[in-house]
Amino acid sequence: MMKIVTILKQVPDAEARIRVSGTAVDLEGVTFVIDGMDEYGVEQALRIREGGSETEIIAVALGPPRFEDAIRTALAMGVDRAIHIETEERLDPITQAKILATTIGQEGADLVFVGGKEADWDSAALGPAIAERLGWPHSDWTTQLRLEEGRAAVVHDSDDGSEALSVPLPAVITTQQGLNEPRYPTLPNIMKARRKELLKRDLSAFASLAPKTTVLSEEIQTSERLNRLFMGSAEEVAAELIAHLRDEAKVI
Amino acid sequence: MILIVVEQTDGTLKKSAFELVTAAAALAPSFQDSTAGLVLGPGSTAAANALADYLPEVVHLDAPELSSMPAEAVTTAVVEVARLHGAEVVLFAATRAGLSVSPRVAARMDVPLLEDVLDLEVHDGLVVARRFSYLSRITETVQANSRPIVVSVKPGTFQAAEPAQPGTVEAASVVFSTEDTRVTVGEKTVAATGRVSLVEARVVVTGGRGVGSTDGFEQLVEPLADALNAGIGATRAVVENGWRPYAEQIGQTGKTVAPDLYLALGVSGAVQHLSGMNRSKIVAAVNKDPDAPIFQVSDYGAVGDVHEVVPLLIAALRDSKS
Repeated sequence: MMKIVTILKQVPDAEARIRVSGTAVDLEGVTFVIDGMDEYGVEQALRIREGGSETEIIAVALGPPRFEDAIRTALAMGVDRAIHIETEERLDPITQAKILATTIGQEGADLVFVGGKEADWDSAALGPAIAERLGWPHSDWTTQLRLEEGRAAVVHDSDDGSEALSVPLPAVITTQQGLNEPRYPTLPNIMKARRKELLKRDLSAFASLAPKTTVLSEEIQTSERLNRLFMGSAEEVAAELIAHLRDEAKVI
Repeated sequence: MILIVVEQTDGTLKKSAFELVTAAAALAPSFQDSTAGLVLGPGSTAAANALADYLPEVVHLDAPELSSMPAEAVTTAVVEVARLHGAEVVLFAATRAGLSVSPRVAARMDVPLLEDVLDLEVHDGLVVARRFSYLSRITETVQANSRPIVVSVKPGTFQAAEPAQPGTVEAASVVFSTEDTRVTVGEKTVAATGRVSLVEARVVVTGGRGVGSTDGFEQLVEPLADALNAGIGATRAVVENGWRPYAEQIGQTGKTVAPDLYLALGVSGAVQHLSGMNRSKIVAAVNKDPDAPIFQVSDYGAVGDVHEVVPLLIAALRDSKS
């Protein structure tokens, strides 16, 4: 039987207004959702199972108690069971990878899906770091995946375009938009998800790991822009734009 | 010492290589003022000779295992060279390739990773950097709690270095394992051939939903990009409609660009898009909706239909050239 682990994060909704209190982000009142990049991984795992191979899909999340909502979403989409390693501490991706690799190893997974880029910490490091800890290969920014004879035939985005890779299993696959179109959980499946196993584990069950990085402060990203707006006929606004780019900004 | 891992194609250094030289210079006083460059893969000898005009020491390594630069073989090469040289900082460009390999290098060395950083400083012997988080809505200051460290530097953030005293070039040799080449690389599809590279372009012209169609890109975005010698970008909506390839997408799930001029045509300005372009020096936008969010992050905004305004921009630019 094939075992697939999908790593989950819960992140602020993209439309949410992010505030800062003092020198730290204040997430009070923010709406959270399952990270869209993780949904691609859940969906791909479901499609592999629906493709006919006997497959168990396990969602694994490492984060605060509120992550449970994201886990419930994945269970309602069709994941078989879930493990939630609870911690309020912000751990860097290299340290997270150690904890998650231990869990993945204990589960005996053949394939791991990780979101290509996290919508809270803007990080793409977790997937490659987990692969390295496990001693497995990885494919990042994956837009196509097909399993064949113990290998994953993938297409992934590269700097210059895209690249086809043949990756032997077990492997870590990080997702990219375009991999699939994730399904919405149906009401019966949401009900069914409530009876699925959600194993809670405390971070203290793992070897004590000191974070390798510390966030010292957070501030709102601002960019000073001129905000000049030209209105009028097409001829007028085109002429104004050209004139300002040429004579004031000197960029054309 | 600081080891910078530069990227090159067939012997030609990428623009990010010169930015890494500058980034290393910011840290050098705290690291014995010693910096070496590492060039890997086919063409690395020629690229190393070019890099030696900028750095006192350059190491190059080509091997059959590196012919298609698989992440694991590159990781092995970088970790071995870093170990032999006693590197305390390993610097990468935060390109797709750099973002893929640098976490593996940090995990194998079991050291902190500072990812996609905007600057680098040293406080009390520890490296501190600023980087974006929360879809680039937040700038966070992060400290690496120990040394050595691995860093990836956001492309387009540091100025390109100027040539210095010529340095030495030496070949390295590394023993690879069979695991290093277990991923095989097949067909590569290069986007937008014959056009300036999107991430290295000084001007980027991006089309959004307002451009309307594949034809709209051919009639408006492509000729304007040609007139400006610009790279072409697209929004997520455009890519999802199949008007342009993924490789041109700018934003959270696409590329990050920081050109001198970013020209957004028919782009509304969703948060996910802004995170890919908000480091641009000058942002200009054409949109028929004066309330479009893109205008809030623009220096210059032209309110008008892209189908009417853009042909006039193209004509004006062609006139001024001839």
